[in-house]
This record gives sequence, C-alpha cells and structure tokens, in this order.
Amino acid sequence: MLNLNLLFDPLSLFFLCVIVIVSLPSAIYSFSYLKGEYPPAKITLSSLLLAIFILSMAAVVTVGNALIFLVAWEIMSLVSYFLVILDTKHEKSVQAGMIYIVMTHIGTAFLIAAFMMMYKFAHSFDFLAIKSVCQAMPVQERNLVFLFLLIGFGTKAGIVPLHIWLPYAHPQAPSHISSIMSGVMIKTAIYGIIRFIFFILGVNVPWWGIFVLVLAVITCLVGIIYALMERDIKRLLAYSSIENIGIILLGVGLAMFFLSINLPYLAVFSMIAGMYHLVNHAIFKGLLFLCAGSVYKATGTRDIEKLGGLIKRMPQTAVYFLIGAMAISALPPFNGFVSEWLTLQAFFLGALHVTGGARLFLGISAALLALTSGLAAACFVKAFGITFLAQPRSRYAKEAKEVSLSMRIGMLFLSCLIVVFALGAVLIMKLLARVAATAMNIDTSSMIFSLNNFTLSPQAGNATYLSVPLLALVLFVLGAIGFFIYRLFGREKVKIYQTWGCGYYKLGSRNEYTATAFSKPFRIAFSFFLLPYRKTQKIRESFYHVKSFAYETYTTPVFKKYIYKPVIALVFKSAKFMRRIQPGSIHLYLGYIFVTLLLLIIFMYKF
Amino acid sequence: MMKISQILLQLILFIGFAPLLSGFIAKIKNNLRMRKGQSILQPYYNLAKLFAKEEVVSETASWIFRAAPFVVIAASLTAASLIPVLIFTNPMRYAGDFLVLIFIFSLGRFFLALAALDSGSAFGGMGASREMFISSLVEPALCLVIFSVFLQFSSTDISAFSAMHALSASSLVAAIALLLVTITETSRVPIDNQETHLELTMIHEAMVLEYSGRRLALLEMASYIKQMIFFFLIAQIIFPIALPEFVNLGQLGFWILWYFTRIIIIAIITALVEISVAKMRLFRAVDFLAFAFVLGIIATVCAIIGV
Repeated sequence: MLNLNLLFDPLSLFFLCVIVIVSLPSAIYSFSYLKGEYPPAKITLSSLLLAIFILSMAAVVTVGNALIFLVAWEIMSLVSYFLVILDTKHEKSVQAGMIYIVMTHIGTAFLIAAFMMMYKFAHSFDFLAIKSVCQAMPVQERNLVFLFLLIGFGTKAGIVPLHIWLPYAHPQAPSHISSIMSGVMIKTAIYGIIRFIFFILGVNVPWWGIFVLVLAVITCLVGIIYALMERDIKRLLAYSSIENIGIILLGVGLAMFFLSINLPYLAVFSMIAGMYHLVNHAIFKGLLFLCAGSVYKATGTRDIEKLGGLIKRMPQTAVYFLIGAMAISALPPFNGFVSEWLTLQAFFLGALHVTGGARLFLGISAALLALTSGLAAACFVKAFGITFLAQPRSRYAKEAKEVSLSMRIGMLFLSCLIVVFALGAVLIMKLLARVAATAMNIDTSSMIFSLNNFTLSPQAGNATYLSVPLLALVLFVLGAIGFFIYRLFGREKVKIYQTWGCGYYKLGSRNEYTATAFSKPFRIAFSFFLLPYRKTQKIRESFYHVKSFAYETYTTPVFKKYIYKPVIALVFKSAKFMRRIQPGSIHLYLGYIFVTLLLLIIFMYKF
Repeated sequence: MMKISQILLQLILFIGFAPLLSGFIAKIKNNLRMRKGQSILQPYYNLAKLFAKEEVVSETASWIFRAAPFVVIAASLTAASLIPVLIFTNPMRYAGDFLVLIFIFSLGRFFLALAALDSGSAFGGMGASREMFISSLVEPALCLVIFSVFLQFSSTDISAFSAMHALSASSLVAAIALLLVTITETSRVPIDNQETHLELTMIHEAMVLEYSGRRLALLEMASYIKQMIFFFLIAQIIFPIALPEFVNLGQLGFWILWYFTRIIIIAIITALVEISVAKMRLFRAVDFLAFAFVLGIIATVCAIIGV
C-alpha cells in the first residue's frame, strides 16, 4: 500500500526554500525573456513545462516514499529534458538532450537498484520503514547501496566523471531554465544523498566520507579548469556548477567522515558549511545564468570572444553579473565567501581531532579548495572582464541594449539575496543547524556557532571569528578613507584620452586580449590534463604568397575521449554481436519464446 | 573608542612606514650591486609627485577602472587592520582570521585585474591573465602555511598565534614558504620585477600600466602596505614575539627595537633573494610555487609530528 504522506521536516523545507527562491525570479524573468525568442504556442508550452518542472522538484524533496520519489525524480528528468530540447531548431539542443536523457537514465537505473536492495530488507518503500531496518543490513550490502546511491545521485549532481551531460544540457536550455537546472535541479541530487545516505542509510564507515571527499576535490578542480577554458558563457557557468557541486560535496563528505568517527559537532558544522554553500550557489548561479541570458537576449551570442564593452550598454546587467561573479569567486563581503570560509574552517577544525595521515589529507584537501577558489576568481575575471569591459568585439555587442524591466527585477532580487545571505550569516547558520540535525539525527540545541548576532565563531573556546557585517563595514570605511586621501589633494582632475598603444594609431577591439589568450597560461600549466593541440593552416593566394593564416586551438575532452568513447564503442559492438540472434525470422522468435517458457517452468519447479 | 583609535594608529603606521620599507629594500639591493642608488625616501617622493599630477583615464574605460584603486586600497587597509602589530588583542579579530586575509587580498586583486582589462590594452589583459594565473597557484601554498601554523596553535586567529612564544621546525619551514609566497605576491624577482616595464616580463606593472596620477599613487600605496603585512606575518611566524612585561624603559626600548629589527631582517633577506636569482620564465613560476607548496606540506608534516 502506497503511503502518500509528504515529509515537511527541516531538511525538506530547506530544499523547498531553495527551489522557491531561485524559481520565483526565474519565472518572473522568463516573461520578457521568452517574448520574441519563440512562437507564442511554444512560450505557453514552456511555461506549462516550467510549472511542472518546479512542482516535480518540490515533490522530489517532500515525498516520504521511495517509489513516489522515483516517479517524481523521473518526471523532473523528463520535463527538464523537454525544456533542454525546446530549441528544436538547433541540432545542438537535440544532441545535448540525447546525452542528458541517456546519462540521467543510467543514474536512475542505479537508484532503482539501490531502492530495490533496500526494499529487500524493509519490504516497504516508506522512508521511515527503510530507515528502521537499514542499520541491520549486512556491511557488504550497505556499501553497495551507498555506491549505487552515489552513482545515481552523482550523475544528476554532475560529480566527475559522471558530469559529462551537464555542460551540454544546461547551456542549451533557455536561460531561466538553465538557471533553475544549475541552481536547483542538481541540488535535488544533494538532497537525495543527504536523505538516503545520511538520514536513511546512516553513515558509520570512514571510507565513505573519504571517498566522497576525494571525488569532491577532483570534481572541484576538473570543473573549474574546464570552466577556465570555455568561451561560451553559459557552458562556462555550467562547468563552474560542477566545481561548486564539488565544494558542496566537500562539506557533505566531511560531515560523513566526522560522523563515522563520532565527532557530531564537526559533522554538523561541516554539513552546515555544505548546505550554506548549496543555497549560496543556488542564488549566485541562478543570478549568473539570468545575466548570461540577458547578454544572449541583447546580443544574440553566447561566445564571449564576440562580446565586450557591455558595461556601458547594459549597466545594470553588468552590476548584477559583477555581484554574482564576486560572490562565486568567494570575495568578501558576499555570500560565497562565507560558505567557503566555513568549509575551510571545517577542514581545519577537523584536523585537530584526527591524527597523522588524516591530518595531512585534510590539510591538502583544504589547500586544493584554496586552489579552486583562486582558479574560480581567475575564471570570473575572464568571464566578466571579456564580456563586459573594454571595447565591443563585434557588431552584436556594439548594438546591445539594456534588457527589459521584468528581467532586471529577477536579477535584482537574486543580487539582494546575495547580500542578505552574507550579512545574515549567523541567523542562517542557526537555521541550517536544524537542517543538519534532522539529516543526521543529532541534537544540535547545545551547539553554538556564533558569538553574537553578527559574529560567527566555529568553535567555542577556539578564538576564531568571522563577522561579515563588521568586515563589510570596515571595507567600506577604509575605502572611504582611501577616497578621502584621494580628495585631500583637491578635486578629481582627469583627462580622457586614448589607451596607450605603443605609439600606434588608435587601438581597436582587435588589439584587446581575448578569452582564449587570457586562459593560455592555465592551458599550458594544466596541459598534462587538458592535452591542448592546435590546428594551423596557411591560406595561400599562390605558391609564393600566403594570404592569411588560420590558427585554432583546442583542448582534448579527456573524459569523453578516454572513458565514454570506449564504453559507447563497446556497447555498439556488443549490440552488433547480439544482432546475430535476431535474424528477423518469426519462427525463430517463437522458438525463443518457447525455450524461455520451458526454462522458466523448470526454474519454478526445481529452485 | 580607545580600540578604534588604536586601529587607526596602526593604519597610520602602515601608511606612514610601508613606503619606507620598499625604499629600504631598494637601497639594500642597489648597495649590494655596488650602486649608489636612489634615496631610501624615494617612494615618498614618487607618491608626492603622483598625488600632485593630473590623471589620464582611457576613453574605453568604465567605472570599474575608476573605482578599482579604492577597492584595492580598502582591501589592503582592511588586511592591515586585521593583523596585530601595535595591539595584541586586536578588536578586529572578531572581523576575521588568518584565512580571511587570503580572501581580502583576493578582493583587491580581482578588481585590479578587471581594471587592467577595462582599458582595452593588450598589456592590461596580459597582466591580468598572468596575475590571476600566478595568484591562483599561490593560494594552496598560503593555505598550507596557515594550516601548519594552525596545527601548532589550534587557532587561525592571528592575535592568538601572535601571542604565543614558540619557534619550531614547522614554523621555520612555514616561514620560508610564506617568504616565497610574499615574493610572489609583492611582484619581486624571480616571479616578477618591479623595476622594469619590459612587456614580455611584467605582471603587476602591466596591470597598472594605464593608471596615472593619484589613482596610481593609491595602487602603489596599497602594494607597499600589502608587502608590509606579509613581512609582519613572516616575522610573527619565524621570530615569535609576545607582549613584553615592562620592567623599565630600557627593556621596553629593547623590545621595540627587536620588534622592528625583525622586519628589517626579513627585508634584507628579500633583497638578497632578489639580487641573487634571475627572473624566471612565466611557466617556471609554476615550479617555484610548487616548491612553496611542497614546503607547506613539509611544514604541515613537521607540525603533525610535533617538531
């Protein structure tokens, strides 16, 4: 008998909030974004799909039954597939949709397998019923369920190497959908991990946490390195989502690790750090996708090499993008900074409670997180600088106009949330503590993470503080002092003149640095992983005269080439092999059915 | 009120003496190279000159270019207020810890790189690209330095670890790693060269190439302050010093003398490093920073085994 009860515990409510705060501005944004992009019938269809999409995500995070969960999960995947291929005119969309639907079903298959294994013990799909028997499961089976769940949800979340669909599917959808997919949909996978692995299965072996941490570090680095290489602004954001999922999983993985070695305080703290980054990422990635959509709407291109100078043509969008870029680069005083600081603190504090090699492991993981945040800053300097600054690199960029009001309202709303989530850190931590408490069944009432209403203090007695409002105030006051020093010498005397061009004539946009050039040092430094190669071609007028020179640079998609291609080839090869038993003769097929029937009867009676 | 005036005093100390430190390093470098060299006060002359001058702003530049110097100086001054120099129970400890410093410097750098891209010159783009490249590789090393210090003192609060007496193998290695980070962050040889405007080599100078007049003066000021902050951090790790118990004026004088001598020693070491190595190719900088990272790991291992 199916139990249709919904769960409304803090964990579900938290994810519902995340869904709402990103979906709402995206929906407002979509009004004018869709106008003119598609024919009216398609706009109606997409609005309908959007509504179903949001509802299905809400269902995913609230249902209390694994079977209904699967149904909601599948609706969510299918509806988002239809939204990805909304642009059926483009060959790319269809292809992206194909990769997405295949990958997501591989993930779902693993989830079904995991649920079946749990059902075998619980004889019920109800969460609480499964939870009550999960402790009694044999270790082998528990490990297997854990791995299946991780693969299943990891595919949706975009954990490397299961991330392959994400950079194709997210950018192809209309921008407000990308914003919801990257901001919220991949977070439902994190919900799944927390709900099923922490809440239902329970964590008690350290290797789970370590395994997740290693995966998370790899995900962070791979995501951000690919993002740095990207020149399509929406794909750049999609890769950056992979990186941020890594950061969230660092918090979650640490929580698993600390829980398994019986450090409840640190487990709660790490979980809070992860959840905090989750909601932060939902906000700023939602915002950045909306901004990218505005840029696309205004210029008709997503290639940042063709953009530039938009800050003068779209001043408000530029400010919103800048706020989002600063938040995602973990710059104070914005929200990404708070959650990355908390994650680093979780690593540091954890190191005090473990010994030997585990300490070194935590230290190096923290250092790699720092590397990730440095690379993210570089990536978003590139994204903002090349897109919005200097001179326009094409006609499209030159003729861009600021987008309409409803789109700006959506972006303004999320920008304000970025500030709110930074300044209200203490309050948010208190709320998140209750979420973590539900997820891990730990009493957090005695845990205090703050000194007062403005100051975070990760561990009482360990004098480490962070007060975002104070920091913001000091930054502002000292900036004002800088301005005061500046004005001490009289009014601003500025002469507007050309950029220095080494004595040549006026510089044009062709003289500007490009995104590809900007990322060149990274391409060389990480060449062991990116495997860059170039194609050069001399275009000759005659044998003696080279008219022009074509130069293209590429990076090798390592995962696609070395993991997915061989697997796909293998699938096709075995399919071809299997075709031999399907010659198309109906007599033979009837024979197969008969033999199968016989075997089944024998099986029934003998075993 | 008392506390605020203390912080202001500390900031004035930074603003007042940071250029002197740079002038001092330049002087040592010149003397070691058997040159007479500029006056030790040259940075002040430069600043005075720049403050009096008219500015030229590129016509392609936007408000980012105009605002960036103020963000950069705000970031540097905020960082200067976070570390305990004159006051050991710094009230600013509640605003942030050692880790926050990484993020605050990152804020200044982010805007400087954007401003460099804003003018639309290829130099700016080149500088921004290289700076972001180098700085992103610095961060893991810096993080490990902080981690190893944290393991010794169980706190990332700068005031807390500054107040403890301890010199261990771990701090020594961490300090060397931090020195490498400092050389990188203050754009010195072998990573960058403050003295040249050769387009093939410059990093920091390429970013500020379009700046002139008072905005340039602010940026220069910010990098002097940043340098002094790093020197104080190294000093605090390698020559740990706590608040003295004053017995008489002589002891106080000795304490103050030693307090600042530490900075001078580090300045001399920096100058020595700078004149004794050649500038590296950009991609050799990766090896240099990998070395700093490895030193960070060694410092961490030392801290773990407790030496």
